[in-house]
Amino acid sequence: MTAFLALLKRDVLLALRQSTDLGMILGFFVIAAALFPFGVGPNPEVLARLAPGITWVLALLAVMLSLDRLFQGDYEDGTLEQLALSPMPLSMLVLAKALAHWLTACVPLIAVAPLIALMLNLPAAGYGVLIAGLALGTPSLSLIGAVGAALALGARKAGLLVAVLVLPLYIPVLVFGVTAVDAHLTQIATGPHFLYLGAILAAAIPLAPWAAAAAIRHSVS
Amino acid sequence: METETDIALEARALTCLRGRRLVFEGVDLALGAGGALVLTGPNGAGKSSLLRVLAGLIEPLAGEIRWRGTPVAGDREAYRARLAFLGHLDAVKPAATVRESLRFWADLSGGAAARVADALAALALEPLAEVRGAELSAGQKRRVALARLLVADRPLWLLDEPVTGLDAASVARLEAMIADHRAAGGLVIASTHGGLAIPDAVGLDIGRFQAEEAA
Repeated sequence: MTAFLALLKRDVLLALRQSTDLGMILGFFVIAAALFPFGVGPNPEVLARLAPGITWVLALLAVMLSLDRLFQGDYEDGTLEQLALSPMPLSMLVLAKALAHWLTACVPLIAVAPLIALMLNLPAAGYGVLIAGLALGTPSLSLIGAVGAALALGARKAGLLVAVLVLPLYIPVLVFGVTAVDAHLTQIATGPHFLYLGAILAAAIPLAPWAAAAAIRHSVS
Repeated sequence: METETDIALEARALTCLRGRRLVFEGVDLALGAGGALVLTGPNGAGKSSLLRVLAGLIEPLAGEIRWRGTPVAGDREAYRARLAFLGHLDAVKPAATVRESLRFWADLSGGAAARVADALAALALEPLAEVRGAELSAGQKRRVALARLLVADRPLWLLDEPVTGLDAASVARLEAMIADHRAAGGLVIASTHGGLAIPDAVGLDIGRFQAEEAA
């Protein structure tokens, strides 16, 4: 457990010290959202209809852009091979890194999401469900993303490869995150959507670190 | 049977395949407590590969590694808790200070945090303790990586070209570290192209185990 907490603490600390990375990702999130009124026209009803979907898609893309810092730096400077040599199971260390990624990349995105929703004229009733859905869905994005980031280690154009590997796997989270907001706005029960988001997370917590650890072992051999 | 237990680390008939190339085959080695082994051989002969096989990073194509008579394949995690590996990369984070880095490795390897101060002293890193990795020179980073060995406190040291980038004073400190480690019953396997003096170390020329070129 000491090793888990030590790695979590170190990753959070290093991410906070390199906060320009985080600033750029939040900047991407806001600027990309600002493009939509130009693209689809400033009609408030159209934007309100699209707001949950746009916010979720941009959150997925922003998370994806932040995945390269999950393992790439540790891979290049040799930290990853030292982690692979730790007596602690590598999957636990991957879980610590994914948790650190969620805290330093996804939580700030969730904090900025209401601003995006406001820019896109989301009806007031939708905010709570949007934030709750992001809070339950983004940990799965960090975990699934960790598998993609680990598989892409050592590849040329790793960023593009991660996008191709990870985005299709993000579809279930996107679907249930968006339909939860739509259901709430049309006064249908949101419970089943949240249960699905929870089920994805419950499957990702044991499976994703295990798969990512196998990919890391391959990359450092 | 008494002599069997004197051998701490033993490898039999290790064969390593990298991609489609057989790097070496049939490497045997045995090392007792306090023993040292120096790997030599031309570039590409497989010194680094052998060290990575011994560390468990690369799965050997054939052969077996035993720690105190027990095959390590049965309990990888227990074996990892016995070894410290120094590769070509120093694992020094640009944004972390030297003290933070060593503290992290102490926590990760279950070593005592008190060892950090001793490790800083052993490699004359005290003046650099609060300096971030990004501001260190290549030789200074190497010294931080060597300090990691002291912090982790493991019986088996696997050192891949440990003197790369070190000045004469640091090489002397490394030689003293190795002597202390061996006096305490530790094992050292190091690859080198020269420049590192380890008294009464066994030599192993890995070039002798080159696979026959397939016609």
